Amino acid sequence: MERLRRTMMFVPGNNPAMIKDAGIYGADSIMFDLEDSVSLTEKDTARMLVFEALQNVDYGNSELVVRINGLDTDMGKADIYAMVKAGVEVIRLPKTETPEDVVETEKVIEEAEKYFGIEVGRTHMMAAIESAGGVLNAPAIAKASDRLIGIALGAEDYVTMMKTRRYPDGAELSFARNMILHGARAAGIAAFDTVYSDVDNTEGFNHEVEIIHELGFDGKSVINPRQIPLVNAIYAPTEKEIRNAKDVLNAIEEAHKKGSGVISLRGKMVDKPVVARAQRTMALAKASHLVDEEGNIYAE
Amino acid sequence: MEIKHTALAGTLESSDIQFTLSKGTGVEINLNSQVEKQFGKQIRKVITDLLAEYDIKNVTVRAVDKGALDCTIKARLIAAIQRATDTQNQPNWEVLG
Repeated sequence: MERLRRTMMFVPGNNPAMIKDAGIYGADSIMFDLEDSVSLTEKDTARMLVFEALQNVDYGNSELVVRINGLDTDMGKADIYAMVKAGVEVIRLPKTETPEDVVETEKVIEEAEKYFGIEVGRTHMMAAIESAGGVLNAPAIAKASDRLIGIALGAEDYVTMMKTRRYPDGAELSFARNMILHGARAAGIAAFDTVYSDVDNTEGFNHEVEIIHELGFDGKSVINPRQIPLVNAIYAPTEKEIRNAKDVLNAIEEAHKKGSGVISLRGKMVDKPVVARAQRTMALAKASHLVDEEGNIYAE
Repeated sequence: MEIKHTALAGTLESSDIQFTLSKGTGVEINLNSQVEKQFGKQIRKVITDLLAEYDIKNVTVRAVDKGALDCTIKARLIAAIQRATDTQNQPNWEVLG
């Protein structure tokens, strides 16, 4: 079963208080940032803070991601070496323009793994796409390395480049979101939506999460812990969806026992995609604490 | 390892610690901490252990602690050492981790 990534919480890499508390909010992924949220004069100190935190602070089941500075800066290589040594799960590339950006970064990651005697391939990657060129290259970027677990839209730079700004209906991001989503799905990896920076506008945030949930994004980047339960609520399946998923999984189990492949449930064919959707629904239901480990609905 | 010049790392925000390292004779540590009574000994140990790992024998350390975790103390001191020795982008991997 693939990992749930409904929320990826951004944590500035030079803020010890936020780094210390990041694990208590239940984010599916925590992304420590060494890039845009850290001033140029504090890049070195942020790197060491995140390096030590990754090895010493308990972040529970959250997936740990670090956004590094690009290899076109003099910080990028040291960031990669430090994070690989600290055992980070995922290195996030900023401002990915081409598949070559991914390949170049992968080379340095591999070099670092070999240097520290770490199993080659252990460090995963994700790529943030933040420009028109990057969006057009999204399908190729998504297939550039087996280490990639996902690609993400970074909208602030993108809308500026496109000579627009963020609007409530999200029309300005429609093409980019669909390109990134299709690129990710064609490569079999995750797709993450951009941040919503107006943290006090719950209505606007919920509207945006509903849009990306309908499109099929795995989840959203969040910049405040308050946004986590809002995303989880929208991604939580309804009781009707859970019951249907349980029926599908029970029916397929029965069919397997009888040695039958294709079955029907209430007159509808149950095939592989229907089963995959049912499995994801049950995973979301478990993560949302709506069912127990055996899949029984708590209210029953 | 020699301290080349005075360097500072960290802030005075809550959960942080600010280090100022300067050239000295022997190791001298001036610690100012909100939790001195409870954790002063432990904080000093983290500092002296790390200085020993970097083989720094002559330094004056001024530390203003605002309730930092041990890993934050280490991170800020490493950053201050790297700055004081001009090695920010060439970390000493033998010592780290």
